[in-house]
Amino acid sequence: MSNTKTTHLATVLSTHQEQLLDVWLAGLVSRLRRDKSGAADLRAQAEQFLPLLAATLESTDSTNIDEAGWADVRQLLAEISQSRVRQGFSPIETANFIFTLKKPIFEYLNVALVDSPQQASEEIAATSTLFDDLGLYIIEVYQKAREQVILRQQQELMELSTPVVQLWQNVLALPLIGTLDSARTQVVMESLLQKIVETGALIAIIDITGVPTVDTLVAQHLLKTIAAARLMGADCIISGIRPQIAQTIVHLGVNLEDVITKATLADAFIVALQRTGSSIHHAHKGQ
Amino acid sequence: MERIPILRMGRLLLVTIQVDMHDRLAMALQEDLTTRIVKDRANGVLIDISALDIVDSFIGRMISDTAAMAKILDAKTVLVGMQPAVAITLVELGLTLEGVSTALNVELGIKMLEQRN
Repeated sequence: MSNTKTTHLATVLSTHQEQLLDVWLAGLVSRLRRDKSGAADLRAQAEQFLPLLAATLESTDSTNIDEAGWADVRQLLAEISQSRVRQGFSPIETANFIFTLKKPIFEYLNVALVDSPQQASEEIAATSTLFDDLGLYIIEVYQKAREQVILRQQQELMELSTPVVQLWQNVLALPLIGTLDSARTQVVMESLLQKIVETGALIAIIDITGVPTVDTLVAQHLLKTIAAARLMGADCIISGIRPQIAQTIVHLGVNLEDVITKATLADAFIVALQRTGSSIHHAHKGQ
Repeated sequence: MERIPILRMGRLLLVTIQVDMHDRLAMALQEDLTTRIVKDRANGVLIDISALDIVDSFIGRMISDTAAMAKILDAKTVLVGMQPAVAITLVELGLTLEGVSTALNVELGIKMLEQRN
């Protein structure tokens, strides 16, 4: 990263601020692909950014944007970048906020240093590096904000996919959908145990119809969940075992003998009702 | 020396563990409990651990042992009130307390013991 002081950049920025702002904004707005409603936002952000950049360049010697003197600029760019993530801008559109400013500034630098081409090219190189750094920074923040969104969605998906439903008095059902890994097992276990405490359930039916494959690890996780529920005083029934899965379980040598297993949720429900002392009768027509 | 109180409810004995267990306390509890089972002609023991946030392998083994002792004296032990976090920890530790009956709370535990008799 360059550490040369770009003396003329600061001067250009403060003397030609108004003109720069207009050219820059014109460039920004022309690149807005969608409706032009973001133009007002753009103007506000640009009007905030330019003076801040000028002030920073005057107050600090370094153009290394990782340094403390650039904290305010970084903060502002981060805010702009995050707001764009929320509005659904693409990374290119976000980075162009910085890169569109390059061209007008170069022009003003050329004009200011028309007498010394050598110095002009040095200044432009330094300025270019600075703006590249700023642009990369804004993209980095953009990326991080996107990653946070993905992470949050992952967590939400995890919670969504592990509902515990109350089927009957003292009977809970846990329809599992998707692959069971360690992290999900933990969530499943916690929500099941919590629900057992809340409802005082005696029996929990774990339905694995939606679990695509059962390997030793998944079986291990299931057995753990069942053991934990048993420690809380609730029995578990595994239901929804497909023929292929029954075969796999036996081939793998997984011991499910201590667990009640049923082919369908309906069968498991009947067992649960018997255990809790309830029963269902068909109401005969006409009676 | 501090001791864990043992309460009699009919032919059931109720032990509520509310303090951190250590060797001597556990030994004293096992001694008291076996004595009381014989003296009170108890046929059921409820061990309530709802106040415990942490159960380590030591307490786990102590509970298993106590249940085994009670069984020799023909009293059935039911462990009640385990916290979800405790259950998860025990399972992760590989302590599933085989041979110990469990119930969600004291009320369900009593019901369980009454059904047996």
